[in-house]
Amino acid sequence: MDIHEYQAKKILSNFGVTIPRGGIVYSPENAENKAREIGGSRWVVKAQIHSGARGKAGGIIICNTPLEVAQATDKLLGKKLVTNQTGPEGKIVNRIYIEEATDIEKELYLGLVFDRSSESIMVVASTEGGMSVEEISKEKPETIIRSKIEVAVGMQNFQARELAFGLGIESDLIRRASDTIIGCYKAFSELDATMVEVNPLVISKQKQILALDCKMSFDNNAMFRRSQVSELRDKTQEDSKEIFASDRGLNYVSLDGNIGNIINGAGLAMASMDMIKLAGGAPANFLDVGGGATPEKIVKAFKLVTMDEKVKVILVNIFAGINRCDWVAEGIVDALKKIEIKVPLVIRLAGTNVEKGNKILKESKINYIEANTLEDAANKAVAALNK
Amino acid sequence: MTVLVDKNSKIIIQGFTGKMGSFHADEMIKYGSNVVGGVTPGKGGSKHLDLPVFNTVKDAVNETGADASILFVPPAFAADSAMEAADAGIKICVAIVDGIPSHDMIRIKRYMRRYTKSSKMTLVGPNCAGIISPGKSMLGIMPGHIYKEGRIGIISRSGTLGYEAAQQLKNLNIGVSTSVGIGGDPINGSSFRDIIEKFETDDETDAILMIGEIGGPQEVAAGEFAKENMKKPVIAYIAGLTAPKGRVMGHAGAIVSAYGESAIEKVEILKECGIKISKNPSVMGDTVKSVLEKM
Repeated sequence: MDIHEYQAKKILSNFGVTIPRGGIVYSPENAENKAREIGGSRWVVKAQIHSGARGKAGGIIICNTPLEVAQATDKLLGKKLVTNQTGPEGKIVNRIYIEEATDIEKELYLGLVFDRSSESIMVVASTEGGMSVEEISKEKPETIIRSKIEVAVGMQNFQARELAFGLGIESDLIRRASDTIIGCYKAFSELDATMVEVNPLVISKQKQILALDCKMSFDNNAMFRRSQVSELRDKTQEDSKEIFASDRGLNYVSLDGNIGNIINGAGLAMASMDMIKLAGGAPANFLDVGGGATPEKIVKAFKLVTMDEKVKVILVNIFAGINRCDWVAEGIVDALKKIEIKVPLVIRLAGTNVEKGNKILKESKINYIEANTLEDAANKAVAALNK
Repeated sequence: MTVLVDKNSKIIIQGFTGKMGSFHADEMIKYGSNVVGGVTPGKGGSKHLDLPVFNTVKDAVNETGADASILFVPPAFAADSAMEAADAGIKICVAIVDGIPSHDMIRIKRYMRRYTKSSKMTLVGPNCAGIISPGKSMLGIMPGHIYKEGRIGIISRSGTLGYEAAQQLKNLNIGVSTSVGIGGDPINGSSFRDIIEKFETDDETDAILMIGEIGGPQEVAAGEFAKENMKKPVIAYIAGLTAPKGRVMGHAGAIVSAYGESAIEKVEILKECGIKISKNPSVMGDTVKSVLEKM
C-alpha cells in the first residue's frame, strides 16, 4: 500500500526526521491562509498523488506570494496529473500540500528496502539526490553506498555514522544526519514498511537536514496490525477495477491488451498471459481467483472482467485440484446465468474430473469455445479476436 | 533417500481443528500420509479425526515422535507457530498460509539461526502448495492423483503452475520423485537453491524442473549454484514475460524491482548457467522429455 508524500512526512517527523513546515489543503482559499500561517516569503505548492516524477509533470509549483499559492492550488486541484509512473490515464489531484521553500545547499538520496538476497533491510544512500535511484545506478553508480541492517538487533549508530560520513556530510552535522537515518530505519521496521525513500534529503543553507520529498510503501499482509497506517489508504489513487477486485478477495492488475483473463493461481495466470502474448495477442488484465477457484469467486471474476470495455475476448483457464472441474464448471454455468457476456468466451479446464467438467459445459446452453491445453486456449482466444 | 518426506514421516497438523486444517488433514490421510495428530492450543487431550490433539508442538513431539508439520494457522499467528515447531524439534515444516508479513518471515529466519545445521528445521513456504513424494507421502494441499511416481524433481513457486507441470509430465508418462512448492512470497523458508541442492544428492531423482517467475534473485542464485555444483540436468520455465515492471502480480514476491528480476533477464542468465529453458508453459513436459532422451 502506498501513501501520500505529506502522510509519509508526518510519519517520519514522528520518528525524529526534520521536515519543512507545511500543511495540507483542499481549496484555494484554504491554501492562501495556510501559506500565511506557515510564514516566510516563498512556498512550494505540491500536488499529492501516488507517483514520483511530479515535478516534471507540472505538479510542483514555486510561489512568491500567498495569492500565487492560491492560484497554483486552483490550477492543480481536480486535475489529472500524468507522470512517467502513472500510465496515460494519470492520477487525480484532490489534495495539495503547501510547504515553505527551502534554501538548498546539497541534495542527497536515502532509501530503505528489503534486500531479498540477504533477507535483511538495506539502506541505500548517494550524494546524487534529486535523481531517481535507477538513474543514479545507471549514471553515477560509484556514488552509491549501502548498509545491510541486521533486523534482530536493529540499526546501530555506527552504521548510520558510516553512511553519513560516506555522504561527505560535515562533522557538525553528522549527529543530526545519523539521527535522521536511524529515524527512517525505525519507521521502516516498526510500521511494516516495504519501502522508505527520502529523495532528496537536503542540507539547507541554514545547516538543517531536511526530508524534502519522501515516499513510503507498506506490506499489505501486515495491515491487520497497522490500523493507523491502513487508514491512510486513498482509494482515489487506485484503479477502480483493482479496488473492486481487492474488496472481493481477487488479485487483479489492469493491463493494456484486449483479452480478459480469469485464472486460478498467480503463476498459472502469468503463464497464461505469456501464452497469449506468444500467440500474438495481448492480455487486458492479470486476474487470479485463488487456487481454490470457488463458484462465488468465479461469478465475481466475470463481473470484474466484463466491467472492462477494452475486453474483446474472455479466456478462462482453471486447473482444478481438490476443487474438481465438475464443480468449477457448475460455477461457470451459474455465473453465466447471472452475467451476460457479449464477447467470445474460451474455456480451458484441466485437472481433477476434467471430462465431467467439459460435459457439464457442453450440455449447458452457454456459448463458448472449448480448449484443451494452455497453448490451445491462447491460440483460440487470439483467433476469436480476429474473427 | 527421498527429498524432505517419505512413508515414515510422522506428520502433525498445526491448526488441526480449524476448517482448512481438518479438510486437508483428511486429504493427506486418504493419500496415505502418516498423520499422527495435531495441535490446537486449548484443545489438548481431545480427539479430532480419530487422532490426538495437543496444546503444544512439544507435547505432540513427545507423545507421537512427530518429525514433520504443516501449518494451517491464520497469518497473524503463523510466525509464532513456525518458531514453535522449530523449537520442538520438528525436522520439516510446511507453511501453506498466504499473508504472513515479510517482517515476520525475516524474524523466523533470524530465530532459526540459533540451531546448528544438524538440528535446524527446514521450513518450506509460506504461501505454497507443500510437498509431495508420489506414492509415499503428501505434506501439502495438492491433488495427489495428478502426480505419477517417477524420477523428476519439481520445484515451483506457484501451486497451480506446478500442477500443470505434473499433469504435462504424467501425460507423457513421466513421473515425479518429489515436488516442492516453495511459495510466492518475497521471503520464504527454503529457496530454489536450497531445494535444488537436496535434489542433487537424492538418488531417486534424475533431473529437476524449476518453475520460477518474475521478481527476486532466487532463480538466478539457483542457476549459478547449478552451474558450479550440479551434475543432474536442470530445466526451467520462468513465468511473467508480459508482466509490467513495478506491479505485484498476485504473489507478493512477483514484482520486478531490479535488474535480473524480469522473466527475459532471468531466462538469459539461466541459459548462460547451462540450464535448459522451457520456452513456454505449454511445453514444460516436452522439454523435460527431450532432456531425458539425451541422457
